[in-house]
Amino acid sequence: MNADPQGVLTGSHYLDGDHACSEGAIAAGCRFSAGYPITPSTEVVERLASRFPRVGGRFLQFEDELAASIAVLGAVWGGAKAVTVTSGPGFSLMMEHIGLAAITEVPVVYINVQRGGPSTGLPTQPAQGDMMQARFGSHGDYKLIALCPNSPQECFDLTLQAFNLAEEYRVPVLVMLDEVVGHMTEKVVIPAAEQIHVTPRRYTTKRPSDFRLFEAANGSLVPEMVKAGDGYRFHVTGLTHDERGYPAMNALAQDKMVKRQFAKIEKNADKIIRFEEKNVSGADVVVVSFGITSRIAERAIQLAREKGARVGSFRLITAWPFPEKQIAELSKKVKAFVVPELNMGQMVLEVERVAAGRCRTVPVPHAGGTVHQPEVIADAILEAVR
Amino acid sequence: MSVLRENPVNEYLRLERMPSIWCPGCGIGTTVNCFTRALTESKYDLDKVAIVSGIGCTGRVAGYLRLDSFHTTHGRAIPFATGLKLANPDLKVVVYSGDGDLSAIGGNHLIHAARRNADLLVVCVNNFTYGMTGGQVTPTTPNPVIASTTPYGAFEQTFNLPNLTDSCGAVYVARWTAYHVRQIAKSMGEALDKRGFRFIEIIAPCPTLYLRRNRLGEGLDEMKFYKEKSVVKNGADTREVGLDYRDKIVVGKFVDRERPTLEEAMEKRLSDALGPKYVPYTAPGKQSRA
Amino acid sequence: MTTAPPTKKERKFSGIVVINHANCKGCAFCVEFCPTHALELEKGYNAKGYHPPYLAKPELCNGCDMCGLFCPDFAIFGYREKLEQAA
Repeated sequence: MNADPQGVLTGSHYLDGDHACSEGAIAAGCRFSAGYPITPSTEVVERLASRFPRVGGRFLQFEDELAASIAVLGAVWGGAKAVTVTSGPGFSLMMEHIGLAAITEVPVVYINVQRGGPSTGLPTQPAQGDMMQARFGSHGDYKLIALCPNSPQECFDLTLQAFNLAEEYRVPVLVMLDEVVGHMTEKVVIPAAEQIHVTPRRYTTKRPSDFRLFEAANGSLVPEMVKAGDGYRFHVTGLTHDERGYPAMNALAQDKMVKRQFAKIEKNADKIIRFEEKNVSGADVVVVSFGITSRIAERAIQLAREKGARVGSFRLITAWPFPEKQIAELSKKVKAFVVPELNMGQMVLEVERVAAGRCRTVPVPHAGGTVHQPEVIADAILEAVR
Repeated sequence: MSVLRENPVNEYLRLERMPSIWCPGCGIGTTVNCFTRALTESKYDLDKVAIVSGIGCTGRVAGYLRLDSFHTTHGRAIPFATGLKLANPDLKVVVYSGDGDLSAIGGNHLIHAARRNADLLVVCVNNFTYGMTGGQVTPTTPNPVIASTTPYGAFEQTFNLPNLTDSCGAVYVARWTAYHVRQIAKSMGEALDKRGFRFIEIIAPCPTLYLRRNRLGEGLDEMKFYKEKSVVKNGADTREVGLDYRDKIVVGKFVDRERPTLEEAMEKRLSDALGPKYVPYTAPGKQSRA
Repeated sequence: MTTAPPTKKERKFSGIVVINHANCKGCAFCVEFCPTHALELEKGYNAKGYHPPYLAKPELCNGCDMCGLFCPDFAIFGYREKLEQAA
């Protein structure tokens, strides 16, 4: 279905990444947000606080991230599309509820504008150090989707897509940007509402007596949704549960539940994974990067090409699920992957694992606080080619 | 001879999950019974009553009631319920949880929800312990009670929950014990009809842990103790209803007042500030069913 | 002069108590708090080993359902039935 025109700020804008995320959420039909201030993400909720009352949304600043991260789940079960936003320390606090969202299969969006860590770290300076946390931050086994915008335009586009993916797969979706993308101001083009596709919540049409809240439906692995107040008298628990949603605390139920939730993402990986490849065919080295680092990498690749290197780029748009198939294929053809990231080596671990020794994997780590110098990445590329 | 009737409480229960996990002599089930009576009396559309629990023995209440029910994380039932209610104002949202869940890990959310007068009824079953995990000390455990993490006796000042919630601005505050079944049902009924942050503390026995470890007898002994030691003081000053170990228990309806709810305050501010540009939030309609 | 015998109050209602043996956990709240002390615990056990209640003195039961209100396991309830009027 199309976006609700009431929320769509159609036109050309000059926005920073944080503000573009807010507009993406509004365009997606999000009308509830719970927030807590934390640099460098606060602008997202500030804009939602200001825009929501003009488009029929509700925003409340809660007392902490623990409250905000579960209030959005309550709002989803109440029937709204909901988002909350944070950065490193808040992301850590939200982990319990990201896990709850995963096990109860709630379509919700969490945005993390990453900053230097660990702990209080560098509140106003960038890093990409939460990437493994995005995948494994909550305890236990679960899978979710994480998107990495590298520009304010992508902040709009990918936040919108995050909502759509959440509804499609009944899964929490993370939007992982960094402080530079969040605070950089660029042109953002917001299309007309009729040109924006919004995935509606997949409410069930079954009668309450026939409906199972955690049963895969319609030949897919994704159960249908309900909301409170419609007579379904359903139960949602964070305990391991059966298809009715009732606690079922035994190994058999655990096996069944976890594996279906895994399969839901794994078997749909081809439809979920997004990436951008440039000049990979015939390349000796492929630079694998994401977020702001991918923009530095573009310059680095230019510099390396000037020195004669045959370099391509592979940009992760979804960091999770990780594009295993694509990286595995490339690993058979290239001499090396060069993986610059604003962390001490996180996504590079995935690249290395998937490459399985078929080619070299060269990390270009950075403790954070600023972006890489393009020359550093270019040197790594040239070194890898040797 | 007439045909035997079915227990009228059955329509509220997920019968397929009975009997409950609660111990013999546990008071939680009694409070739930009173709750179902209050719902029957109220004649509310049960499709629109949602119940949210935290973690713990009392947290299991959500699983046994045949309503839209949510068994959330430890201490976080209140913010979940706040989000649920804000997104779907047509619902009547009840939070049903225990003393540890609501006043320890959930303490921050308790005071803020009361402060902002979130439109929730919070039922706090206070058995002075974390029962599910084996009987640890909570912020309401009196000195010098033995608990598994205070093996030599508790030594901290305790919360006076009616005073805590009253001082944060709750519009309805009552305390009863599990013995006061009629009064509990009446209080719950009154509270369900009100709007704003309503708090009912119900003192209940935990025979397996609190009572046994402190050699206080069985659940029934504790119920008789409540009958003997409780003093009804409706309208009492909540500063004076603190509980001392094995001393009198002041029960009653202490606070019943009105003030704008969270939603009312929010809507008023926004419509005052934005005038005709304000677009109020609309509750999601009933999902279409084939 | 003899005094007239006191009028015997006719009972219009009889109380009935329905007990779910299987779910009872023998806590005895109902026995203790029945206002007319009409209930007692059985000597026998249910399948879980608890002693459920039984209506020891049916003539004292007026179907007030206090037992039902107290029961933590929803295993008992009481109600009133109008007695057949004697001709």
